[in-house]
Amino acid sequence: MHTIEYLDQLESEAIHIMREVAGQFEKPALLFSGGKDSITLVRLAEKAFRPGKFPFPLVHIDTGHNFPEAIEYRDRLVNQLCEKLIVGSVEETIREKGLTVPVGKFASRNALQTFTLLDIIEKHGFDACIGGARRDEEKARAKERIFSVRNEFGQWDPKLQRPELWNIYNGRIHKGENVRAFPISNWTELDVWNYIRKEKIDLPSIYFSHERLCLSYQEQLVSVSPFITIDEDDEIAMKRVRYRTVGDMTCTAAVESNATTIDEIINEIIATKTSERGETRIDDKVSEAAMEDRKKNGYF
Amino acid sequence: MDLLRLITAGSVDDGKSTLIGRLLYDSKSIMIDQLEAIEKQTKNKENGAIDLALLTDGLRAEREQGITIDIAYKYFSTPKRKFILADAPGHIQYTRNMVTGASNSDLAIILIDARKGVIEQTKRHSIIASMLGIKHIVVAINKMDLVDFSQDVFTNILLDYTKTATELGLKNVIYIPISALLGDNIVDKSVLMPWYDGESLLHILENVKLHDEVNWSDARFPVQYVIRPQTLALHDYRGYAGKITSGSYKVGDKIIVLPAGLESTIKTIEISGQQVDEAFASQSVTLQLNDDIDISRGDIIVKEDNQPKVTQELEVLLCWMDAKPLKEGNKYLLQINSRAVKSVVKNIEYKLDVNTLEKLSSPEKVGLNDVIKATLRTAVPVAIDSYLVNKSTGSGILIDETSNSTVGACMIQ
Repeated sequence: MHTIEYLDQLESEAIHIMREVAGQFEKPALLFSGGKDSITLVRLAEKAFRPGKFPFPLVHIDTGHNFPEAIEYRDRLVNQLCEKLIVGSVEETIREKGLTVPVGKFASRNALQTFTLLDIIEKHGFDACIGGARRDEEKARAKERIFSVRNEFGQWDPKLQRPELWNIYNGRIHKGENVRAFPISNWTELDVWNYIRKEKIDLPSIYFSHERLCLSYQEQLVSVSPFITIDEDDEIAMKRVRYRTVGDMTCTAAVESNATTIDEIINEIIATKTSERGETRIDDKVSEAAMEDRKKNGYF
Repeated sequence: MDLLRLITAGSVDDGKSTLIGRLLYDSKSIMIDQLEAIEKQTKNKENGAIDLALLTDGLRAEREQGITIDIAYKYFSTPKRKFILADAPGHIQYTRNMVTGASNSDLAIILIDARKGVIEQTKRHSIIASMLGIKHIVVAINKMDLVDFSQDVFTNILLDYTKTATELGLKNVIYIPISALLGDNIVDKSVLMPWYDGESLLHILENVKLHDEVNWSDARFPVQYVIRPQTLALHDYRGYAGKITSGSYKVGDKIIVLPAGLESTIKTIEISGQQVDEAFASQSVTLQLNDDIDISRGDIIVKEDNQPKVTQELEVLLCWMDAKPLKEGNKYLLQINSRAVKSVVKNIEYKLDVNTLEKLSSPEKVGLNDVIKATLRTAVPVAIDSYLVNKSTGSGILIDETSNSTVGACMIQ
């Protein structure tokens, strides 16, 4: 009779979660990275709260190593939305706190983001942060709750998680703690792309095929940028690539592709034999538990 | 394409992880890099063959100890349907985890080792599935390769399980003989069991009819949030945001707001900013009413001619999920949908043995993983339905206000 399409079900579930965050917390925030998952969150927030304003600002943790296309997109989007954006600068945290900046070929500021994020949470008194993490991304994430409680250091304790039953979310916390809420937990990479197609959501240009000067490193293509160290014997070539995920320029790899439309990208994703993180994230390859360790330390 | 949420019940010994691995692998949901990572870990452990259990064991402690601590969610899809699979561990805190996983499942696969038949664990899984109101039960009799694909073994287990099913009032039970290891009757029908006249497991999962999962008749709309733009153009706009949990609403419907009992009619229904005439269960919508009445988060909007019970006394089946024991007189917050109210455990009638269904009257102690029948008294009235008639308005969680933990799952009787 009333069969509901799976994308509509996922959308409704995500809207429900966003409204629970708005209903249960005093000062929530939406973590926005400029990637497709957080762009999807913004569309869901429009659906959940229009014609009202968002009951939260967007928060972007700017590592200083972002793709310029992602920053340009972010500013354009915020302008269209007429919503508040708070930018936390990792550069500033490094200066103010005297943090040691990692060195190396692809010196990633990924780990340093956590310091800035926790600073911003503390400074603004955020009690909940909405994030675009999905359970299909990574096996530690497959075990995380939709409302995930973090202690005052932002740490996740996988062994102390609250049971999460039906569609009832328990967002009660003690002072100093905060909750990370993940409305698209049950979406897969393909679901996000299908949703972007259905909703005709505009994306940063780097998601589509373009020419880029890339360095080949252990079978991955890393964009040439001022943030990486290039050695004499490095292989550098112009490639036709697109990005499957958008993180820092230092830790996100591109994939070779001619896909210039969403349809072509979806076809490539259906055909791919490599997972999203496996193909594009240099930072997850460090150990089996790389993500689990970062989350235990306060990461998204 | 629609969505099926399912849970697999069984332990590693029954071949549960192998079955999940098989479903993911055969539906091409395992990527090469993930397989390579598993191969690498298998080598690290020096125990030979690829261990598909590693796909679901996500935490370091789980891999180190070779156990599953927590519930994990896996995703796969076929051209017909998308599946969300809750994988609940078999060893530690099983009841708590299975109740959690089952709370959102439309279907349960209960695994039985063909060599062992129906055992205590099978009964426990079935009791929990029936308690949580799972509509579809697939009894997968696994390891048929180890009993020579014998029809007699299958038939005997089927007859034995039918007794349990009758006792529990389980309907729609489907029986299937499989070998998860070899792939028999998983995606395609096995040539080694020509006597089996049913469909393959994946075919069953793809074709189970889901319509009955939702209560389409009793309209319930818990308010989550009130949208008030307070702009010049939308000065009087008050939108009640929430998800229709059952039934449907039309513009013009006479409604009543509970527990206060205020009346009005529906002025507009919006889905994602678009006005519609009618909306149904599972849709997230925004309602505007024709009267300016006081409604806030936690209230529930229902139709005048179909109202839930409004009460301060609730009989519940309660699964206790905390290490601290539950005692009569203890106070907790009871959260039903978006409403949280103070409550006290007034009376514990009996403890249910989830292995045998036996009822133990006035138990001395209620501990982690125990299931009891109890009466709760709430500080203020709440609008409720019976769980088996309407899951969403018939379920609640108990929260310990000192630890903020979720400590109990309630199914209202």
